[in-house]
Amino acid sequence: MTDVSTIDIPTPYQPYTTEDGRKIGDVVMEMKNITLRFGGVTAIKDISFDIREGEVRAIIGPNGAGKSSMLNVISGFYHPQEGEIWYRGEKRPPMKPYEIARQGIARTFQNIALFKGMTTLDNIMTGRLTHMKSGILAQAFWKGRAEREEIEQREKAERIIDFLEIQAIRKAPVGSLPYGLQKRVELGRALVAEPSLLLLDEPMAGMNVEEKEDMSRFILDVNDEFGTTIALIEHDMGVVMDISDRVVVMDYGAKIGDGTPDEVRNNQQVIDAYLGVSHD
Amino acid sequence: MTDRRPLPEDLNSFPKLLARNATKFANRPAYREKEFGIWQSWTWSEARDEIHALASGFIGIGVQPGDHIAIAGRNRPYFYWAMIAAQVVGAIPVPVYQDAVADEMAYVFDHCGARFAVVQDQEQVDKLLEVKDRIPALEQIVYLDPRGLRKYDHSTLHNYRDLQAKGRETLAESKAEIERRAAALGPGDTAVMLYTSGTTGRPKGVVLSNENVLITARNTCEFDKLTERESILAYLPMAWVGDYVFSMAQAMWAGFCVNCPESPDTMQKDLQEIGATYFFAPPRFFEGLLTSVMIRMEDASKTKRAMFKKYIDHAKRIGPDLLDGKPVSGGDKMKYRIGQALVYGPLLNALGLSKVRVGYTAGEAIGPEIFEFYRALGINLKQLYGQTEACVFITQQPDGEVRADTVGVPSPEVEIRIGDNGEVFYRSPGTFQTYYKNPESTADTKDAEGWVATGDAGFFEEGTGHLRIIDRAKDVGKLNNGSMVAPKYVENKLKFFPDILEAVVFGHERDYCTAFINIDLTAVGNWAERNNIAYASYQELAAHPKVYGSIQEHVEEVNRSIAEDERLFDCQIRRFLVLHKELDADDGEMTRTRKVRRRIIEEKYAPLLTAFYDGSDDVYIETEVTYEDGRKGSIKATLEIRDAEVFALTAQKVAAQ
Repeated sequence: MTDVSTIDIPTPYQPYTTEDGRKIGDVVMEMKNITLRFGGVTAIKDISFDIREGEVRAIIGPNGAGKSSMLNVISGFYHPQEGEIWYRGEKRPPMKPYEIARQGIARTFQNIALFKGMTTLDNIMTGRLTHMKSGILAQAFWKGRAEREEIEQREKAERIIDFLEIQAIRKAPVGSLPYGLQKRVELGRALVAEPSLLLLDEPMAGMNVEEKEDMSRFILDVNDEFGTTIALIEHDMGVVMDISDRVVVMDYGAKIGDGTPDEVRNNQQVIDAYLGVSHD
Repeated sequence: MTDRRPLPEDLNSFPKLLARNATKFANRPAYREKEFGIWQSWTWSEARDEIHALASGFIGIGVQPGDHIAIAGRNRPYFYWAMIAAQVVGAIPVPVYQDAVADEMAYVFDHCGARFAVVQDQEQVDKLLEVKDRIPALEQIVYLDPRGLRKYDHSTLHNYRDLQAKGRETLAESKAEIERRAAALGPGDTAVMLYTSGTTGRPKGVVLSNENVLITARNTCEFDKLTERESILAYLPMAWVGDYVFSMAQAMWAGFCVNCPESPDTMQKDLQEIGATYFFAPPRFFEGLLTSVMIRMEDASKTKRAMFKKYIDHAKRIGPDLLDGKPVSGGDKMKYRIGQALVYGPLLNALGLSKVRVGYTAGEAIGPEIFEFYRALGINLKQLYGQTEACVFITQQPDGEVRADTVGVPSPEVEIRIGDNGEVFYRSPGTFQTYYKNPESTADTKDAEGWVATGDAGFFEEGTGHLRIIDRAKDVGKLNNGSMVAPKYVENKLKFFPDILEAVVFGHERDYCTAFINIDLTAVGNWAERNNIAYASYQELAAHPKVYGSIQEHVEEVNRSIAEDERLFDCQIRRFLVLHKELDADDGEMTRTRKVRRRIIEEKYAPLLTAFYDGSDDVYIETEVTYEDGRKGSIKATLEIRDAEVFALTAQKVAAQ
């Protein structure tokens, strides 16, 4: 992995190329002064940051920092009380999650949300749902458009299965699979939707070193092969620093750092948040 | 000397076979591969077009006749095409193990001086780039899977499909050159170079000519009546001679279809879908499959278990006879048919073996129980004996003469001679040309008359003419009374019992044979649990009188079976003990691949050996052990030595046909 710390990231709206040859483009999503409250609890306090086309953007922070809430705001699951979300140059009104999915945003969940009784293939096929247009009747009789569509979707699903090297578990019920593989299937389901922005909620939580390495590889490959913009939450610092272009650091719902992995690593506030600070 | 039949003029090289197949079997499937969940297939004429496109691409990047082209990838049609395309342009394919580390690759590439490589993916490219400095001869690399390689410097890198596309464009011009080169390739020209894995020292490059390979393919296809209707699953390493002979030589000769699995993990499923008719697997494979069947049966319902047991028992009694065409009573036949409908058929289908017409196993000894199990189910599973230097086939079992303890009769046109020390020598049209750039080793292995030393000791069974391999020649010794000792032969017999993990037999330059036994903790522990036998440690379990008792039964059973054999009669074990610790590679007692180091064990456990031969009933020993974290400690134990019953020579069994 190239050390991206040496690259001077230009001011917004200026595309640039990373050292390993990936093109980072315009800002695709911008959070402006987001505040999210649950009753009296403020989960996110006045946070602003942006995500650029083609980059791997990480959100890190200690437990309870509000990372998952942030991801849920991006994915449209939570509606912030204050602040604006701009997506591809337009202010995004409050939307239903499926409307957001149609905008090309896909996600995975921290505590795997697959259909346990269904096979890997079927789970991945559900990710193509937003691309299916044939009506109920046509699908019930599997005639004409429905048939063509299914073949088309199946091919997309199979390409993802090939990409993630999970051919051997194609027909296995996902409930029976080990954790690391379930995570991979979930990534597959998000990928098959051909998102332009992929949100990953703790993709490496609970994995052993080898599984983490595999997952990192896949995330980088997705970014590289499909040009997908990736926003991920993770609390394994090592992994984050290795694979992301830019990192936002949160603590107690506020943003305490934002920049390249190296900048963030040397940020005193970040060090304090992670290592604790003595109050004397 | 047996009669040697030369190859027909029009079929004496791979390019000629390709031309024949593309016309004679034009619309029959030649290659299949499962990709994106569907079996993709290519007919022989399509395969020819793919191969010619690649060959034309090869000419475009400067491949000359006689060049070595290294090929590193898992079994995929593209790599088989690369091997044939190499021959079409007069070059020599050198398949290498794709899981070899960069250092081993560097050795092979440097040794054969490959100018070109056709590899699978980024992993292989990275390995080669890593050792670039040590392999200056390597000029161009062709890769199949572009993933992750987009940003690499492409001055010496080529995408396989792009190369083919370019080749197609220039095919009109290169056609004449391809035809000229293909015609120039004669039966004596090298068809392939295969590196032997080499248990000692560096791997050696075995040079095999078109004639070597194709005569062997013709003879063995005839031997088993293989035709273009066979179907084979190519899943063993491409760098191994077996895969080369089965999936390249025999497939091209007979014109049958080579099926490539989707990924190494899906092999079992793919086998089931394809329904291979011709199948090879090492004993390990059959063993693993049987274990998984047995474990799954344990979880089955009571009725199913009872049904399974009843019919499998019947199959074990009748199946092999049916397969060998021996007379079987009508009632038994009927019951076997019912079993076939209820048990054997569904089972074989689940295993993917229901269509296997000819199955082979080789490489090491297969447990008679396991072998008989598959035969009982009606699979024509046979054994063969071979090595890279012989294009695999030295001996093989003809239909109807199959047994667990022999490796069969000499393959067609193969002559076999047994040396004075019992070593097996052979001479055949498949005998390799030479070890590449290694005349000393060539001279050591192959004499002026073409006899090749196998390094294995064996003998021909009287009456049947079947060869039996007993041991590595260097391990065979002599008792003080002069009779032959083959330790590994006895050890293998002992190890076939599931509760014996390891056995070490001694006897060379001693009065009689003795053995150390290691129990298998999983199997014996399981048994102890079921029989309410409490134990606190391996040592305690190993010394338990009941364990000793059952091991003694096994030893005596082995003795009884050895007593049937006039030559090895004296290999019967007189005294044995069960070791108090497992033999371990960390203690230097075994190699990392779990082969016992006889010499070291002999030194380390010298007091036990002394006790074996001075008549004591027990012996005290203190052994140093190395724990996994590197600390050393010692284990003290008093071991019981038991005498085992030996049997008088029983009359030589003559096969009852």
